[in-house]
Amino acid sequence: MTSRIITYAEAIREAIGQAMESDPNVFMLGEDIGIYGGAFGVSGDLFHRFGPERIRDTPISELGIVGAAVGAALVGMKPIVEIQFSDFTAQAMDQIVNQAAKIHFMIGGQLSVPMVLRAPSGSGTGAAAQHSQSLEAWFAHIPGLKVVMPSNARDAKGLLLAAIADPNPVIVLEHKLLYKTSGEVPEEMYMTPIGVPDLVQEGTDLVIVATGVMVSRSIEAAHQLKEHGISASIIDVRTLSPLDMTLINQVVSATGRVLLVQEAPKHVGYMAEIAARIAEGPSWKQLKAPIKRLCGLEIPIPYAPQLEQAAVPQVADIVKHATQLVKEN
Amino acid sequence: MSSITPLIGPESGLISDSKPAALAALESLLSIRSFEEAVDALFARGLMHGTMHLSIGQEASATGVCAALTSTDYITSTHRGHGHCIAKGADITRMMAELLAKQTGYCRGRGGSMHIADAATGNLGANGIVAGGIPIAAGAALAQKMQGKKEVIVSFFGDGATNEGAFHEALNLSAIWDLPVVFVCEDNKYGMSNSTEKSMRVEKISERAAAYGIEGVTVDGNDVDAVFAATRTAVAKARTGGGPTLVEAETYRWKGHSKSDKNLYRSKEEIDEWKAKDPIERFQNLCLTKNIITQAEIDELTARVREVTRGAIKDAMAAPDSNPDELLSGVFKAVS
Repeated sequence: MTSRIITYAEAIREAIGQAMESDPNVFMLGEDIGIYGGAFGVSGDLFHRFGPERIRDTPISELGIVGAAVGAALVGMKPIVEIQFSDFTAQAMDQIVNQAAKIHFMIGGQLSVPMVLRAPSGSGTGAAAQHSQSLEAWFAHIPGLKVVMPSNARDAKGLLLAAIADPNPVIVLEHKLLYKTSGEVPEEMYMTPIGVPDLVQEGTDLVIVATGVMVSRSIEAAHQLKEHGISASIIDVRTLSPLDMTLINQVVSATGRVLLVQEAPKHVGYMAEIAARIAEGPSWKQLKAPIKRLCGLEIPIPYAPQLEQAAVPQVADIVKHATQLVKEN
Repeated sequence: MSSITPLIGPESGLISDSKPAALAALESLLSIRSFEEAVDALFARGLMHGTMHLSIGQEASATGVCAALTSTDYITSTHRGHGHCIAKGADITRMMAELLAKQTGYCRGRGGSMHIADAATGNLGANGIVAGGIPIAAGAALAQKMQGKKEVIVSFFGDGATNEGAFHEALNLSAIWDLPVVFVCEDNKYGMSNSTEKSMRVEKISERAAAYGIEGVTVDGNDVDAVFAATRTAVAKARTGGGPTLVEAETYRWKGHSKSDKNLYRSKEEIDEWKAKDPIERFQNLCLTKNIITQAEIDELTARVREVTRGAIKDAMAAPDSNPDELLSGVFKAVS
């Protein structure tokens, strides 16, 4: 495959464009995705390439938009919904949770809902409490939804193409801070399988398991840890639901120490599930230290830059907690 | 397999002007009533579990609307959806099997009364969430338009649904995109216990259409002909690119909202007043007066429909119970 360096946003746009070229039933709908190009510029020039029918601008009407996507999906279309900020999924929760997630099961498998819902998530843009949340645990808790969180440009394209090909509703939680980050991305269409975590790097002293933007922060932290003589493995959970624990269990067994890092608040967060599965699983006997979580504070995301940074794990926090975990155990 | 004779919607004139159309409509009306009286009795005898919402007294709207649709047109339905399901052509035995928690039920026992869908007859599903099906109908209509198809979607919902945001968002989207959808509000005067008088300032729900720049009409929902004629006009408009219409069918449910209802919010006199407007008796009398159907034909049809219901109960009861072994594999459709 031919690769080149493009941004995370460009990788998503390329995936949508390629999917639309190869399947006339794929279309996109959302707020300001047309001539405006999307609030984060993700849809970009797609409007000019595919026109207003398939890059469909909608009124500010999240419940209606997602409901329309569910209905279109039930009768053969493959809608990709852009929810402008993941926080606005709260407006559409009935259609996501009570309709999309349940229909296939509830009606005995007669129909399915091949809908993709893309939603920019996370903090770091100074947009404060109603535009900065990390809501992955909400969705991962609902049977019938698949939830993915790409942490880099390559997976942003591959996971989105896998989501579009999936006959079930898939929620893609993109991170706003990643849109402008770049990485090597194959030009061709390819799918990153849903359900398989990614071993980002191998180390011997501990494993850092992370999601979303915390993956790149963990990579940066691992460089600093290396300078202190600590060797870290990093696993990107990548697909939160369904979750295959095989890789995580293997690496936990090999390193004996695990630091779980997420941006969302700790209480009842996604990493609680990972912690519980490690504790219940085959690798617990290899643990040399208690499972450690590093998460966002239990507060709404604040506005001021110094407050916002204090609200979620930064590179220095990961370095500090990883060092403690290794030195004290 | 026990579905009603497909409904016939005359291109001109009324259902009660045509013998085959009138007989099919009467079969639909009687089948819905018979099915619901039967499940009411099964529930009372402790043979049926869960809960259910009966549409006894409202059979004319399901029948009149579905008579205006083709077999490939779609519907979305409500928690009070047995009538829509039967009128659109569902297999009554599979419906009964679903309510009796059987593997042969439409949902393999996973959905029950509130979630029956029938992909084969274009029934995209009843819905346990008030107004949940309305945006879904808009989306199915958007798909028809984008795929260049001619199918129309009818979304059934009650008066209570028109106070939900989903109703307003779906009507607006359908209006701005000229979608081939007909919104059918079965106004039975109560959202559970809350009357329309207490829950909205508009006199007629159809007035709400004006807010979205579409046409709204109110019809006598207990008059099969009136419901059919209004829906036929709306469907023709939708099919030819004219966009959506809001049709309000004024009717009344004789039974309580669900199985827990003690009818504390309405009087016996009011219920009796509406029972006197029985849509089935009214349609039969109309057809007799017009000499379209004979009393002997009505008697024969009534007996036959009862036999179908009895057969459905018998067959459903003999079917295997729904199977817990396939629960986990039923959540997602397999990725091919």
